[in-house]
Formats: sequence, structure tokens, C-alpha cells
Amino acid sequence: MSNAILVMGGGFAGITAAIEAAELGHDVYIVEKSPWLGGRVAQLNKYFPKFCPPSCGLEIQFQRIRKNPRVKFFTLAEVVGLSGYKGDYTAKIRLMPRRTAHHNVDFTLLASALTGETDNEFDFGLSKRKALYKSMPFAFPDRYALDAQSLSKSDTALVAEAKFVEPAEEPREVVLNAGVVVVATGWKPYDVTRLTNLGAGAVENCISNMQLERLASPFGPTQGKIVRPSDNRAPTNIAFVQCAGSRDQNHLNYCSYICCMATFKQCLYLLEQNPNVRITVYYIDLRAPGRYVNMLEKVRAQPNVSFIKGKVADVVQAEGDRVTLVAEDAVRGEKLILTYDLAVLATGMQPSLAAGKPALPLSLDEDGFVAGGEESGIFAAGCARMPLDVTRTARSGTAAALKAVQTVKGR
Amino acid sequence: MAGKIGVYFDVQNIGGSLDIEALAAQTSEKWGDLVPMVKTCPVLACALDEIKVDITSQKLDGVLLCGASSRADVCRLPVQVEYVNLREQCVLSYKNPDGSPPDYAAGAPEALAIMARDYVNMGVVKLQKSEMPNPAAVIGVERILVIGGGISGLTAAVEAAAMGYEVVLVEKSGQLGGAAVNIPVASPFGSNWTDKQAINLNMKISAVTGHPQITVYLNAQMEKLGGQPGEFKASVATMQGSVSVDVGAVVLTTGWKALDDKYLAPMGLGKIPLVVSAAQFGKMMLAGSVSARRIAFVLDTTLAEDAVREAAQHAVGPDKFGGADATAEEAGDKFVKEDLENIRHLAYSNAVNSVGILRLANSVCEQTNDATQAYILYKNMTVPGILERFYKTMQDRPGVMMTKADVTAIRESGGHVVVECRNTLLGMDFDLDVDMVVLPTGMVPTTAKDAVVQFDYRQGPDFPDLQLVDGFVDSNYICFPYETRRTGVYAAGCVRQPMTMDSCEEDARGAVLKAAQCVEAASHGVAVHPRSGDMSRPVFNFVRCTQCKRCTEECPFGALDDDEKGTPKLNPARCRRCGICFGACPERVISFANYNIDQIGSMIREVFVPRDFKKEGPRVLILACENDAYPALDMAGMRGNTWNPYARIIPVRCLGSVNAIWVSDAMSKGFDGIMLLGCKYGADYQCHFVKGSEICARRKENIVETLNRLGVQPERVEQLEVAIDEYDNIPDLIDGFVNRIIEMGPNPFKGM
Repeated sequence: MSNAILVMGGGFAGITAAIEAAELGHDVYIVEKSPWLGGRVAQLNKYFPKFCPPSCGLEIQFQRIRKNPRVKFFTLAEVVGLSGYKGDYTAKIRLMPRRTAHHNVDFTLLASALTGETDNEFDFGLSKRKALYKSMPFAFPDRYALDAQSLSKSDTALVAEAKFVEPAEEPREVVLNAGVVVVATGWKPYDVTRLTNLGAGAVENCISNMQLERLASPFGPTQGKIVRPSDNRAPTNIAFVQCAGSRDQNHLNYCSYICCMATFKQCLYLLEQNPNVRITVYYIDLRAPGRYVNMLEKVRAQPNVSFIKGKVADVVQAEGDRVTLVAEDAVRGEKLILTYDLAVLATGMQPSLAAGKPALPLSLDEDGFVAGGEESGIFAAGCARMPLDVTRTARSGTAAALKAVQTVKGR
Repeated sequence: MAGKIGVYFDVQNIGGSLDIEALAAQTSEKWGDLVPMVKTCPVLACALDEIKVDITSQKLDGVLLCGASSRADVCRLPVQVEYVNLREQCVLSYKNPDGSPPDYAAGAPEALAIMARDYVNMGVVKLQKSEMPNPAAVIGVERILVIGGGISGLTAAVEAAAMGYEVVLVEKSGQLGGAAVNIPVASPFGSNWTDKQAINLNMKISAVTGHPQITVYLNAQMEKLGGQPGEFKASVATMQGSVSVDVGAVVLTTGWKALDDKYLAPMGLGKIPLVVSAAQFGKMMLAGSVSARRIAFVLDTTLAEDAVREAAQHAVGPDKFGGADATAEEAGDKFVKEDLENIRHLAYSNAVNSVGILRLANSVCEQTNDATQAYILYKNMTVPGILERFYKTMQDRPGVMMTKADVTAIRESGGHVVVECRNTLLGMDFDLDVDMVVLPTGMVPTTAKDAVVQFDYRQGPDFPDLQLVDGFVDSNYICFPYETRRTGVYAAGCVRQPMTMDSCEEDARGAVLKAAQCVEAASHGVAVHPRSGDMSRPVFNFVRCTQCKRCTEECPFGALDDDEKGTPKLNPARCRRCGICFGACPERVISFANYNIDQIGSMIREVFVPRDFKKEGPRVLILACENDAYPALDMAGMRGNTWNPYARIIPVRCLGSVNAIWVSDAMSKGFDGIMLLGCKYGADYQCHFVKGSEICARRKENIVETLNRLGVQPERVEQLEVAIDEYDNIPDLIDGFVNRIIEMGPNPFKGM
């Protein structure tokens, strides 16, 4: 039997669930796949509607983790087996090697001396990274990771001489006991290559909203300057394609909740960088629930932003690396063919678990969201349960912490 | 007061550019017996066992770790620990005074060595002036008060009881269930989110009324909530008279009231008998009294919104719909609640209405085997997220017809109602002739109308600044939705945001967890969010207190009341440990064991300030908010951004904790300029203590006055708002300020 709480996923939902339970006196393990905690929110430039930086909230959470010995976390880690029952689960965790020292080391110099480069997944391919890297300035834990596969020959020699790196570190496994499990495995942006009518990711200067978030970020590929990937020039005529994959039974059979607000936010990024940009938003419905409606109205009042109700049928390459959209204006009943400098696909959220069910006793619905499991002491939080924004994710994490604590309490 | 301090240098993190041996020698020499142990460690993180041995053998009561920023790693040691940030904010951010990059081959630059020495000395003094805090625990009554017995309140009560707490549930009306009483069937509560679901309200109510740990008071409301988390004293007015109950924390679930019908009059409500609100329609369905066969559900509320806008344009004085004709200020001693109800509440209820109207339209068709025609006329169907599945099921009913439409008029016409629809998706404008029109309901949070908790606090019975969010009890933080301005009171459900029932239940669970945490924290005498676990607290030296009341007025959390004599009375469990009270105090009577006026003042005085401004440069003090500005400075250093080496940075808990005396200390010490780096303030504030940076800006006006009186240019003190991600422009801000100071010349008090 164990009273510990196992949290799968170290994004905002997982971190919140873990800390909230730990601050109530419970032992918690966070198991995170990537080398750092923070999840998707760490990739965002600003939160809507306040335009505050996600690193602010993450910093508070990370400080809470640092100070609380009840929270133990594993990065580069995955739950590969879960057996047992409510009150007595045994989780097998595979730990991939980080290959750097367990303490804080500033590898800036060594990293910049390396020559091997690989696509930076954190920037969705918009930049390259070295083999020794830290994806974000406020990385937590504040440790570099060494991806040995991306080392060049000369890198290998440099690294072999360096202190505090262990290129030969091997994966290993640990076993954890827990009474309950919180599943906070989060989401990934819907794969644009599956959106064949929207260019399948092959149209130059047609990017996803998450890529735009990286472009707008001060630690993104362009230090925050929003430019076209093809020529690094600032776009002046931009289209947003809403519901790119969402509300579509061939792709995501639900609404992804955040994309409308994300687009309003991104319209304001663009206008801040250049008040003369012209923006067109193609939408089915503009969904700004609750007080978010203020943001919708703010963007609506911008003279340079126009809204067209209509689904985009086609995205094709135009001359000069421009992008042509074919859409129907549903109100006027007109077919529109218009060309833009940059098109942004407001791609939706797909639950991470949709990629292939891990060998775990979890019940998922047809879209990959966790459905049920409470009776077995398995509680879903955040976007593993349904598409949510950050504030509802925080709520969801806190609520899951309550259920987890209730389950292990007093045994 | 640390009297024996061990100082350890982390060579791995700061070596190469600093002469650490020299720094260590200087430290020993300067501090003598206070610092009996100075060591250089190749890797500090690997030396913790060694340090523990030193603590025992040398009887150390303080340890100063000089290396990476305190943010990098936490070292758990059995004595007080302080960190000297020689990596990010010293070595890595160093450039020569003339702006050129340092040439370390020629040895450590002098300005860098001076800076490092200053920081180490400041660290020693900081520890010397710091004590282990001694937490002020309160009882921690294991009873939760739930105010409001709707869906959120019922959920909160059951969940809190399941956590082992006793629960007192206070409901204003004569029955439990709240708004759900009039809702025939709900939107889905859980997976797979496709169909209407029975609320099972009676089951939910009996789970509460039948629970041995839950006491329910009907027809009851709050008279008073006094005391503090862990030991609140609640007075509840019940049918049997006033009942007093001790509770540890409060979950506020008082829900909403329908927006006054007058706002929907432009759409016919109250004027045309065939036009009803969704809430009324729900009641009619429950009573089985819906006989209309052609029903228009109008979600486009532009007509109502435009009417208010026009009225506001023509109104002289307070807008007749704005409701805001009373002020929030206390009129004399009597509290007057500002009525925050307004037309915006209709727009904020858009998602609940979209979901609700779909459900009602579908139900009415279902009840009549699709003999009813339900027309849904919308501007935006706001059915976000997973509820898209529900949307699909609901509209997939022969009787339900939907279109986007601008509804330009609703008028009566011979026993029918005509709804004018423009810009529809049907390729034409049309007038819809129906038997009945159903309008959405504006959900006005109860807290927009009344002070529902009735705090018995010096700052008044209501939550402060509710107008910022139109009367909702929301934290106004994205990451921390439950943190209101009244510690120990956690809001959930529609009093916080309009939300569907599944969402109310989830929200209530989260609020119960926060309430439980708060009771636990109070019983250990430690802070809750955002300084959770902090054992320190403000301590008052009342001998010098002049009862000016600034501390009690400025505390963003209302932690301080007045005692019988008019001196401040701290309620430690309400306190968030920001130090805004001691920033306010002109007599400097407030201190924390490990953070106080004398400590920071002594650190300021410990900086070496050369007499020769021209040759050895100015000195600029930066008081940086440790929550956002300080981490941003760390990042700036890590990213290779550099700033003028004449700046000295001291982190503060919040800019609101900056006391004017520090400015005088710095000026009389000979500093030439002071920069206050804090969070953004205003409606989208980022201050972790809500008001700190704003209060600091206000106080700065007094500082400016003082400086003017002393003949010091007020431009020597500047406050800047920075966000945590502004690491790439903070160095420019610092350099710009230092350059302006250089142009101004030396502080006239220098060397006096």
C-alpha cells in the first residue's frame, strides 16, 4: 500500500496537481517525458487575456517545487508499466539519460563551441539547436541535456574532454509505488501534415499558431520578431485560418477551446509590432466564452482586422512565397480567392494519449481523451481530459489533486 | 541574528574571471570572528556534506553560499542559508565601465572585483541581520464553511466532508439546489460529453442533508466573518436567530442572479408577454406549461447592448442602466455597496447561454416528438471545447433549426411575435413569425450586488476592487484562479465566472482543496500562496507605533485590523508575507525575522561608495522585485546580456515592501541613483501581491517631495515596470538610467 500520488506529465496541469497535493502534506512524484517541466505553456509567448508571460506563473510553481521536499520529479522519464489497484499501484519508470551532471552547471560556452545541429522541436522546426541544450531560459530543472545523437565528430571530442558531462550514461528503470495516479499528459498541436487541403505543412509561409507563438517569443527563433520563415521579412497581410483540424469529423471531432482566443491574442501581437498590418480571420464561430468576450471585442474594434465567417477550403502556394486561400463567405455566399504574405493555421489540440495508448490501464474515448477511471484511483487533469485554457487547466489540476488526496487520505 | 557564519565559494560556477582566493581572504579579514569559516569549493553542490560537518564542528548558525543565483538550486541545511549571486548578476553580466567587454587574460577587472566584494559583504550583513523565523500557528479548526447551496455549494460540502472536515452550509433561500432547481435537465457532466444528463438534484441534496458531518442552515445568511484562516468566527443569521460557528476556511459558492429584465426590454422582455427569459422558460418546461409550437431562441443580444450604449451616450450624469450611481467608498462609517450589475453580464454569460439554449431547444422538441419548431438565432454559437460533441447531438434533431442572424427587431403582431433576421446563412433576410421568444439570461454574480461574506475586517465587509472584473470574485490571475484578496476564502462556480454545471463541480473541488490547504497552513503558522510555506510573519514594535494606520489601509489582503486602542492587530493567517505593511510604516516598527528594514538598510550601507565620482564612477542601487524582476536579471546574465558595473542589486519581496528610509539610507551613503524594478500594475497587473508595485509608485510621489525638499533631483529615483520575460531589455534600462545619473553628476550628499 502506498499513500503517494503519481502524476504523469509535468505540464501546467501536472505541476499544479502535484504541488497542491504536496502542500497539503502528501508525497508526490511527477514523471515528465521531456528534459524540463512546464509543458506546452513554456512554449507560449503570452497568456490571453492579460498578456502576461507564462514564465511568471511557472517561476512561482518551480519555486514551490524547489522548496517542497514532498515533490519529487523525474524528467526524461516515462511510465512504461502500471500494475496494481487503487491504493497500491506499482509504476515502472524508464529514465532516459540526461548525460550532464546532477548539479547546476553553466554550459553556455561548451554548447556554443559545438558544431552539430539538429531541428529544434521546441521551436517546431523553426530553429536549430546544439546537442548540448536547454530549450528555455527558465528551464526547470536548470540543467542542460546532452542529446548524444546530435553530436558531430568534433563535438564528440570536445564533450569527451569536458567536465560534468557523461556522454555514455545509459537509460535505466526505477519502480515507484503510489496509491493513486493523476494523468496529466496534456496535448500536442494537431499534425498539420494531415491537413492536406490546408497545405499539409508544405506551403511556404503557412505556419501553425504554435509556430507563431515561438516567433513572437523573446527566446524564440527570431527573438520575438514575427517574420515570414522564407525570407525573414515582416508580413503585412496576414490570414488566420480558424478550426484548422478542429470541429471536423475527419480530424478532431471537437472544438479545441483556445484557438479563437489564441488568434485574437496573436492579432494583437502583430498589431503591436506593426500597426499597419492587415489581418483577415476566417472562422466558423468566434468562441470567446465568458469574460474573454472583452478580448474579442477589442480585436473586433481594430480597423485593420476583418472577420469572414467561412471555412477555408484550400491553401495553396502563390508566387513570391505568398499563400493563397480559397474560402467561402458563408454570409454573402461568395467564393473568395485571396492571397496573403503569411497564413496562420489555428491548429487545435490533440490529446497526447491519442498518439497510441501506452501500456497502461487507462480508458480513453474515441478522440484519445481520458474517460473515467476514477473508481480505480486514476484521475485525469488538464488537456488529457478535455481541451482547456491555462486557467481552467489550473482548476482541473487542483480538482484532481483533491480527488487524489481524498483517495489516499487516512489509510 | 547569525553570529557565526560560514562563507563558501562555488568555483565551478564563478571561477575563471574572479580572483576567488583574494575574495575569500578579504572576506575573512573584514569580518573576523563573525565569519570563522571561509572556503572555496570546486563544486559547491558536492560540498554539502562537508558544510554540514563545518556547521557542527564550528557551531555555525548561518551559511552564505556564493555562486549561482538562489534560484538555481536549493541547498537544504540545518541553519539559515543565504545566497550571493556572483554568477548571473555579477560575473556573467559584467562589462567594463566604458561598456567594453572584459579581457580576463589580463586578470580580473577591478570594477568586477569591487562588485563581487560588495555583494559578499552585503550577503554577510544580510545573514547577520536575519533570524530563523518562528511561525505563529493558530488552531486550524477542521471545519469548512460553504456559503451558498447551489450545485457548486452542494459539491463543495460533500467533497469537504469526504476530506474529513466538518461542514457548515449556509443557504439564503428556503431550499438547496440554487439555480439548478429551475433547470429541467443539464448539459453533460462527464465523458463522453454528448447528451443531456439528469441533474439528479434530489440525490445531490440528500447526500448533503443526510451527511452526519454536514450542518445545513436554510433561510440563512452571513452576518459577519471575523478572525482569520484556521480560526474564523462566522456569525450566521438563521430563522432561529444568530448562530456563531468557528471555521477554518470558507468556500464561497453564492452563484448568480438573473440580470434585471429591464436590460432585455429592447428585445421585448416585460413588454411582450410571449417573450420570456431562458430561466422562465426552464420553469415553464418543468411545469409542463409550454404550449407554443414555433419558438425562437434569440442568442444575438445586440439589440439590448445597443440600447444601453445609446442610453449611455444620451445620458447626463450617471448612466441609467449602468447601475453605478452609488460609490464604493464608505459613506461615513456606513458601508455602501456599489451595484456592479450591468449589461456586460449578458455577454459574459454567452457560453452558458449557448449551451443552455441548445439544451432547451432540444428538450422542447423532444417533449413534443418534434411537433415543435425551435429556431436558434445566434451571432456566435459559443459552445467551446469538448461540448462541441453536445452541440452536435443537440442540433441533430428534426425540430431544431439554427442560423447565424443579426436580430434587428422583435415585435408583437396579432398574438404572435415577429423576429427580424438579417445577414443570415440562408442567403436572405427574413422575418420569423413565432408563438414565443426565449431570450438568454444574464448571470450577475451575487457579489456584484451584495457583500455576501460580510467580512468583519477593518477594510470593510466586501472583497476589494470587484469592479475590476465586473463583480465576479475572481483572482484575476491566470495561473492561480483561486487566490482572491481575502486569504482563506475560496470562490467557486458562477460567482467566479459564468459556467456550466460540470464546470461548477470541478471548480468546487479545486476550491475545497485550497480551503483544506489553508487550514493546514494556518495550523502550522505558515503562509499560503504565493509564499507558501514561509514561516516568517510581520512583528510589530508597538512602542513606536503612532497609529497612523497606513499599514492597515495598504495591506492588499486586509490582514490587519485595529485593536481596541487603535493599534494595528495582525491576523497572521490572513497575511501573505509580502512586506507591504513595513514598506508603509513611517516609524519602521514592523519587521520580519528574516527580512526587515534594518537588514536591507545595512546591506545598502555595506556597499563601497567611492568619493571620486568622475574617476571611480557613480553607484546606483537597484531594488528589484524578487518575483519577476530578479529572475529576469538572472536570465539576462545567463543570456550574456551585460550592464553597467556600478549598479548594485538587492532583491525585495515586493516593491510594495520598499520603505522610504532605504532611499534616504542610500542617498546619505552616497549612492547617486536608485532604481525600483517591479511588476506591471493597472488592470492587467502582474504583481504577485496585487497592489505592491502600484503602491510603490504612489509612495514614490512622497519620496519625490522629500528629495525636492533636500535639494536632490527627484529623477535620481526611478520606478520601472518589467515583466519576467524582459531579460533582453532590462540591461538597456539599467544602462540608460546609469547614463542619466552620470549626466546629472554626483549625489550632492556624497561624502558628507
